[in-house]
Amino acid sequence: MKRIAVVGFGQTKFGELWDKSLRDLAAEAGALAIKDSTLDAGRIEALYVGSMAPGRFAGQEHLAAMVADQLGLNPIPATRTEAACASGATAFREAVNAVASGKHDIVMALGAEKMTDLKIGEATIALMGAGDQEWEAGIGLTFPGLYALMARAHMAKYGTTSQQLSTVSVINHRHGAKNKKAQYPFEITLEQALKSPMVADPLRLLDCSPITDGAAAVIVASEEVAKKLNPAWVLSVQQASDTVALHDRASFTEILAAQVAAKKAYEEAGITAKNVDVAEVHDCFSINEILAVEALGFCPAGRGGKFVEAGSVAVGGEKPTNTTGGLKSIGHPVGATGIRQIGDIYLQLTGKSCNQVKGAKHGIALNVGGSGATANVTILGGNE
Amino acid sequence: MPHRSAVATEWRLKKGRYAMTGSECKACRELYFPARLLCRKCRNETIERGFSGNGKIVTYTTISSPPAGFEEYAPYGVALIKLDEGPIVAGQIVNEEEMGMGKRVAPVFRRLNQDGEAGVIHYGTKFEVV
Repeated sequence: MKRIAVVGFGQTKFGELWDKSLRDLAAEAGALAIKDSTLDAGRIEALYVGSMAPGRFAGQEHLAAMVADQLGLNPIPATRTEAACASGATAFREAVNAVASGKHDIVMALGAEKMTDLKIGEATIALMGAGDQEWEAGIGLTFPGLYALMARAHMAKYGTTSQQLSTVSVINHRHGAKNKKAQYPFEITLEQALKSPMVADPLRLLDCSPITDGAAAVIVASEEVAKKLNPAWVLSVQQASDTVALHDRASFTEILAAQVAAKKAYEEAGITAKNVDVAEVHDCFSINEILAVEALGFCPAGRGGKFVEAGSVAVGGEKPTNTTGGLKSIGHPVGATGIRQIGDIYLQLTGKSCNQVKGAKHGIALNVGGSGATANVTILGGNE
Repeated sequence: MPHRSAVATEWRLKKGRYAMTGSECKACRELYFPARLLCRKCRNETIERGFSGNGKIVTYTTISSPPAGFEEYAPYGVALIKLDEGPIVAGQIVNEEEMGMGKRVAPVFRRLNQDGEAGVIHYGTKFEVV
């Protein structure tokens, strides 16, 4: 593909931010990204905003035009993308495609979600909009429930253990303790995780990412613009889809869309899993990090639990993954997550991460929507 | 602000929810539950097709943290059930203490939940480990 780069990243603090509205969060993240890029804001030609359910969470649709206004970017074209929890990476993909097409040279991709104004039961319902309304939500299924069904199937087929699930959260919290932007920047113990309250058996509270407010933004630019700045090159953006309803899938022990997107992304980037120095994966629930390391080819199918337990996903391990805390520790403002992941890879490849992997040259990000109906894989490469 | 099903939504779903009516591809005979207009495999149209509701559990969970509207039932069991005819469906298990991989289930007609005090009462198929 044409040489296109990420040239700036901005992120708000993630958390339960009672004093910040959706528009404030988006404006703050966008302004930080522009500042990081050193570009003049007037040079941004288009905006893509990933947000899953601003209408459900904050009563606000028509978000892209509003964000453009809040950033003082009117009258540039502004489009919202929605693919549940993969809305952010989907916005990024559209931004890259807009530059790849030759239509634009400088585009912003921003993700935002304001979730904590709803009570927990209502937030659970809003999130369940990412599932099948008639045949999953309608019978009382929840997102923890859907991932619990996959966790149970993975445990039964491969012998994955509760301890391995909890280890995902323990490692992510260890990484997140270094991240000032994280919602929960502290360590947890394996015992705490294993004794936390059950949410949907076998998933406990500390297997689940939280409800979070936050926003993140990146600036995407053409080679001509990027080579004068601080770029990380976009080696591939790929997306794949599958059935929205979990029960319609061909398998409950893998995210097939993630496998498809990863295979295409490695081919497009001209690298293999062996070349990946740092990864961001979608640990909305601990089981999904295990499914992710398998989908990205870091270990064979069924070995994800053991791979995590061996510490291979920790910084210093074979495949440093979620080095800044993952969704579990940083928080998961759904539309913002995909952009935050790509931004954290950008920071790693430009040597600016809060938990730096020394000499990282290739980074991969996997953003998953719903229970696996959308998967976006992004591969970035450092500036040679 | 939870999602509220309109009366018409419930009415549209009655064949599937009440009688487990799904569909069958006119061309390749692939079976589907819930019903769908087009075949996933050959993209031809489907016709109505009834399902027994009998099957076996392929995976299961107990929901302890329920969504709004299901609080009074928690904790409750949910399983993916492979119907004897082939398709897999998600359903609540009424005797959740009996849930297990591979256990046989049969359908039971039950109240699913209600949209508030004066709202629509949703009925549908749950499953019982036999």
